[in-house]
Amino acid sequence: MKQPVINIKIAGLGGQGVIRASDILAEAAFRAGADVKKSELHGMSQRGGSVSSDVRFGDKVLSPMIPGGETDYLLVLSPDQVENNLPALKPGGVLIRPETVAESALRNKKSLNVALLGALSACLPIPEEVWLETIRQSFPEALYADNEQAFRLGREQGAKQYAH
Amino acid sequence: MTLNERLLLSGDEAVALAAFDCNVALGAGYPGTPSTEILEYFAHLGGHAEWSPNEKVAFEVALGAAFGSARALTTMKHVGLNVAADPLFTAAYSGVNGALIVVSADDPGMASSQNEQDNRRYAEAAGLPMLEPSDSQEAYDFFALAVEISEKWRIPVLFRMTTRVCHSKTIVRRREERMPAPTPAFDHDRRARVMVPANARPAHQRLRKKLAEMAAWNDDHGPNKVVASGPELGIITSGISFMHTREAAPQASFLKIGMTYPLPMEMIRRFAASVERCMVIEEGDPVLATAIRAAGIAVESKAEMYRFGELDVTRVRRILRRDESPEAAPLPGKPPQLCPGCPHRRVFEVLRDQDCIVAGDIGCYTLGVLPPFEAMDTCVCMGASIGVGLGLRHVLPEEQARRVVSVIGDSTFVHSGLTGLAEMVYNPPSTGHVVMILDNSTTAMTGLQEHPGTGRTLLGETAPKMSFEQVAQAMGVQQVHVLHGGSTVEDLEDLLAQARRSNDLTLIIARNPCLLSAKRDARRGKEEKA
Ligand SMILES: Cc1ncc(C[n+]2csc(CCOP(=O)(O)OP(=O)(O)O)c2C)c(N)n1
Repeated sequence: MKQPVINIKIAGLGGQGVIRASDILAEAAFRAGADVKKSELHGMSQRGGSVSSDVRFGDKVLSPMIPGGETDYLLVLSPDQVENNLPALKPGGVLIRPETVAESALRNKKSLNVALLGALSACLPIPEEVWLETIRQSFPEALYADNEQAFRLGREQGAKQYAH
Repeated sequence: MTLNERLLLSGDEAVALAAFDCNVALGAGYPGTPSTEILEYFAHLGGHAEWSPNEKVAFEVALGAAFGSARALTTMKHVGLNVAADPLFTAAYSGVNGALIVVSADDPGMASSQNEQDNRRYAEAAGLPMLEPSDSQEAYDFFALAVEISEKWRIPVLFRMTTRVCHSKTIVRRREERMPAPTPAFDHDRRARVMVPANARPAHQRLRKKLAEMAAWNDDHGPNKVVASGPELGIITSGISFMHTREAAPQASFLKIGMTYPLPMEMIRRFAASVERCMVIEEGDPVLATAIRAAGIAVESKAEMYRFGELDVTRVRRILRRDESPEAAPLPGKPPQLCPGCPHRRVFEVLRDQDCIVAGDIGCYTLGVLPPFEAMDTCVCMGASIGVGLGLRHVLPEEQARRVVSVIGDSTFVHSGLTGLAEMVYNPPSTGHVVMILDNSTTAMTGLQEHPGTGRTLLGETAPKMSFEQVAQAMGVQQVHVLHGGSTVEDLEDLLAQARRSNDLTLIIARNPCLLSAKRDARRGKEEKA
C-alpha cells in the first residue's frame, strides 16, 4: 500500500463500542498491510462520559494521535457528541453521522458501531474480505450475523452518501 | 501467536509479551490506569501474575523473586511508585540476583489520575537506570534490554511508560526466540541483602559505581539513536515526544534517548555541538533540559506553559515556533458519572441529605463529588479518607466534627485503609468517628480487578476472602455494621445518624455488588456454558 496517512477519529459515549470499533478498524488496516497506530484514553472517561479514539494508517505513521484539525473522517456514534468533536475535522473532511444508518434497520441495535464502520469502509482502501474477516474474529460467533448485516447495510449507505 | 510474528499491540500488551518471551517468572502489581492491562495480558499469555494488596507489597514480592535469581516484574501507575518508594530506594542498594523490572506508567494530562507527577525524577532520586519506550515495538525490545541491564549490573531497572505509550496500538515484530530462563536459587549474601548501616554504606558506594559504569555503557551502547538531517535544528527527545516531534519537524535532526538515566552525556554533547540550534522537547517536567544544562551544554527548552498536560503534534509545533499565546481549550465532552443504578448512588444521596463533611477517597465513588450528589469534600490519594477524616474530627468544633465521615472503597480499603483503622482505634477523636466502606466487591474504577476482599485471584480462581467486619472487630472498632442489598435507604439513614450522634468508633460496610461486574460475571458464565 503506497499512501499518505489517513486519519480517522471515532467518537461517542462510554459503552457504545467506540473502542471496539477502533480496534476493528486498526486491525483491518493492519491486515491490509499498512503501518497503523491507534490511540485513546481508558479509565475514568469510560463511565458513561465522552470517549474518542484516533486511528491513523498509511505508509509510515509517527504520532499515534491525530494533530488538531487534521481528521479526514470523523465517525460519531451519538448525536450529542457531534458538535464537540467537529473541530477535529479538517476542512473538506467527512463527517459520518450516527443517523447514517437507521437503528430500526439493524437486527441488533448494539451493532451501530459496526454499521458506521461499514459506511466508513466505502471510503477506505481496505478490501471488503479483510473487513469481514476482522469483524468475524472480533465477536463471538453468535454475534457475527448481526454484525455482518450491520456492516453491509452501512457499507451500502456509505457508498451512496460518502464515497467519491 | 508465533515467534517472529508481526502483531498490532498496545504498549501494555507489548510489555506483557516481552515479559513472557523473557521468561519472567513472576509479575506482581496493583491496578492503575494506564498500567493495568500489563499483568492481565501477561496472565492471559500464561505468565504467573498476581494482584497484590498495594504497590509496596507487589514491589516486595517481585524483589523477593529477584533475590531468588528469577526474573520478576512489578507494574503500577505513576502514583503507585510513591507507595512502593520505600523498598525501591533501598533495593537500589541491595541490588538483585535475577532481574527486577519496575514498570510505572505516568499519566501526563491526567486522563485518569489525581496528579501528573513525572516519574523520571525517581530514577535520579533512587539512583536507578531508566528506560523509556516511545511505541509498542520499543516497549517490547526495551523490556528485554531492561532484563539484560538488570542481570548485568544486578540492579532493579525502572521502565517508564506514559498513557499514550501504554494505550496506543502500534506494530510489533516478536523476537525469534524466547530468552532462556535462569534457575532460581538462593545464596546467603547477607552483606548485600541485609541493609543495616554497616552493609548499606558500602552498598551505596557500589550503587554509585554501577551508575558511572552504566552511564559510560549508555554513551557507547545504549538504546539511543541519532536521526541525522540538516544542521539547522537538532532536537533531543525521548518517549512519545519523539513521535510527535518527528511529525511536527520532519526536517530536524534528532537525538532520541531510550535510556534516560543515567544520561549518555557525551553523546548529547556531540549532538548539540553538531547542530546550530539545539532544543529539548519533553513532556512534563524539564528533566532532560535541566540535566543537560547542568552538564554545561547549552540547549533551548519549552516554555513553562507546556509543562502542563500531554504534548501532541500541534503543541510541539507551537513549542518550536515559540508560540506562547493561549491555547484553544478543547470543547467540553460529557463528563463521566456513576452508572445508572450504581449502588454507590444512594450512599451519596444520604451523605448529601445529612449534610456530611465527607473525607473521600479514590475510585468510581469519587464521582460522588459531582452533581446531583456533591457529597465529597476531600480526595488526595488512596487511603487518605480515614486519616484526613480523623484529622478533621480532632480539630473541628463539635457540631462540625460530628458531620465528618470517611468514605472508602473496598479495593482502596485493602490497599491502604487498614492502617487508617489502626490509627482510629489507637488515637480516637473525642466525638468518635464514622468510616464507611463502599464495598462493591471489585476494583471498578480500573476495570473490575480482583483483590483480597473479593475472594478471587487475578485469574478469577477462588481465593480466601478477607472479612472487613472481622478485621475491624479484631482491630478494636467498637461498632461494626454491614448493610446488604436487602437493606433500605432508611436503614442507612438511621444508622449513619445514630453513629454520628454517638462518641463511638463506627464502621459501616455498605455491601452491594458493582453492576458492571455482575454483568461481566453473567457473560462469563454464559461463555463457559457454551
Ligand atoms: C497508589 C495508587 N494506585 C492505584 C491507583 C488507581 N486507582 C484509583 S482508585 C482505585 C481502586 C478503586 O477500587 P475501589 O476502592 O474498590 O472503588 P470502586 O472503583 O470499585 O468504586 C485504583 C486502583 C491510584 N489512584 N493510586
